[in-house]
Amino acid sequence: MMEFLAMGGYAWYVWMSYGAVAIVVATEIVATRARLRRARSQARHMSAAPAAPTARFDPARST
Amino acid sequence: MTMNWFKYASPSSFYPLAGRIGAACAVAAAALTVAGLYLAFVVAPTDATQGESYRIIFIHVPTAWMAMFIYLVMAGWSALALGFNTRLSAMMAQALAPTGALMALLALWTGAFWGRPAWGTYWAWDARMTSTLILLFLYLGVIALRHAIADARRADRACAVLALVGAINVPIIYFSVRWWNTLHQGSTVSLTSAPKMAATMLAGMLVMTLAAWCYAIAIALVRVRAIILEREGGSAWTRELMAAEATA
Amino acid sequence: MIPDAAAPPFPAPAASGAGAGFAWALRRDLRIGVRTKGELGVQVLFYVLVATLFPLATAPERTLLAALGPGVLWVAALLASLLSLPRLFASDFADGTLEQLALSPYPLAALISGKITAHWVTTGLPVALLAPLLGLQYALDDPARYTLAAALLLGTPVLSLLGAVGAALTLGLRGGGGSLLALLVLPLYVPVLIFGAGAVEAVRGGLSAAPHLSLLAACLLVAAVGAPFGAAAAVRIALE
Repeated sequence: MMEFLAMGGYAWYVWMSYGAVAIVVATEIVATRARLRRARSQARHMSAAPAAPTARFDPARST
Repeated sequence: MTMNWFKYASPSSFYPLAGRIGAACAVAAAALTVAGLYLAFVVAPTDATQGESYRIIFIHVPTAWMAMFIYLVMAGWSALALGFNTRLSAMMAQALAPTGALMALLALWTGAFWGRPAWGTYWAWDARMTSTLILLFLYLGVIALRHAIADARRADRACAVLALVGAINVPIIYFSVRWWNTLHQGSTVSLTSAPKMAATMLAGMLVMTLAAWCYAIAIALVRVRAIILEREGGSAWTRELMAAEATA
Repeated sequence: MIPDAAAPPFPAPAASGAGAGFAWALRRDLRIGVRTKGELGVQVLFYVLVATLFPLATAPERTLLAALGPGVLWVAALLASLLSLPRLFASDFADGTLEQLALSPYPLAALISGKITAHWVTTGLPVALLAPLLGLQYALDDPARYTLAAALLLGTPVLSLLGAVGAALTLGLRGGGGSLLALLVLPLYVPVLIFGAGAVEAVRGGLSAAPHLSLLAACLLVAAVGAPFGAAAAVRIALE
């Protein structure tokens, strides 16, 4: 096991490389799925609340 | 049977399809990664000259290849977006850019960490790495332009033009950088002097490249679904979809 | 800022050829450029200033400067080109002239070619003519300086052409005139830089610069044909 981690003396280079790939991939997956979740809840919000009737300018009213 | 090619050009019909394909590709990517890493670390032998450090090749080559390939695919979607004026094509291009940029970044990073033990220096200004660096700038340019333009449709078209201009330039840039590099060949670094490929090494590289490909498709499809909802939220079909998902 | 009210009015729709449009836009932009002499002077001064900074930052040692010279003079030319690019479309966009140009019977690509040529005459051409003088500061010998001038004469139009596409894409954006334009356009400049500086390096090394200069000429031809259409498409996108 220790031999595997040592990578014949090249541990730093090999694990910095694989580590960077693992971190970036994991981050991309987490961030993108979070973005989809946010977009879903946004879309749900927009579908749930019916559009409120906007106040119309009525010259007859005096305020 | 005539196929309606444009059936899936509408975001509403593409959204569920993207979900299914994305899930399938994610599973494939995971399986291929496991297989590839097994080949890379357990099956492939130690290299005679580079020792264990050559194992970086199993992630360097896939990321470098994907960085290039994703740019071409992004340019393809951009051409469709300009030609057919379909917004989904532009959304696909928008979804691919960040993944491509990250692949280019990883290719540069892994290339540097491979270069140090193999050729003594983290950065050797060789043609392929320099071209990959410029490719990263091209990606960042498309992403920056997208963020700078407020109107989504104008951003679609502007980024499409930029992606195509970049795609036309990439071969020219690569050629000019390669020429520049050969003229200044002081050191004898050559990233093409990869270890002589044992069959297992080649197999590991191919499997990891396929894994990267499936991963890129899966993550881009997740992102495009988010983009579709962000841009189309509030329309009738999203309302129905959200209602269906709520009751499901 | 006083709008260029004295600019030549639009001609009657009878003339609608590409050549006529090109000539009209060229004349107009040159006339405007001449009237705003201050702006032009600033760009040339910027070029000289940047070229002066490098020896100050390193050492005024002749062999070092001669080795740096081609690269520095070329990169400074790239930066000077970037500085002047927003000017190409910005004022026309702001006062609505660009929209009129897009609607005119002249092909937009021809009009844009005229504007780009005027831009080059007022920025790239002075830089190309000034560079051999600055080459003296960098201890470059005569063949190297003439090659530098020739390479810049071929290369600076390409910078204007490619830059026009970038300027059109970033029209009207907040801060688009600055770093975003540079980010978009500098990667595209790389081949011109490599061939251009390489030409001078070759001559310094005793070789011929012919391959570099022919490649620059090829870039110029491709850019001259393609860039105006790309810029026209980008302008139409920005005008929507």
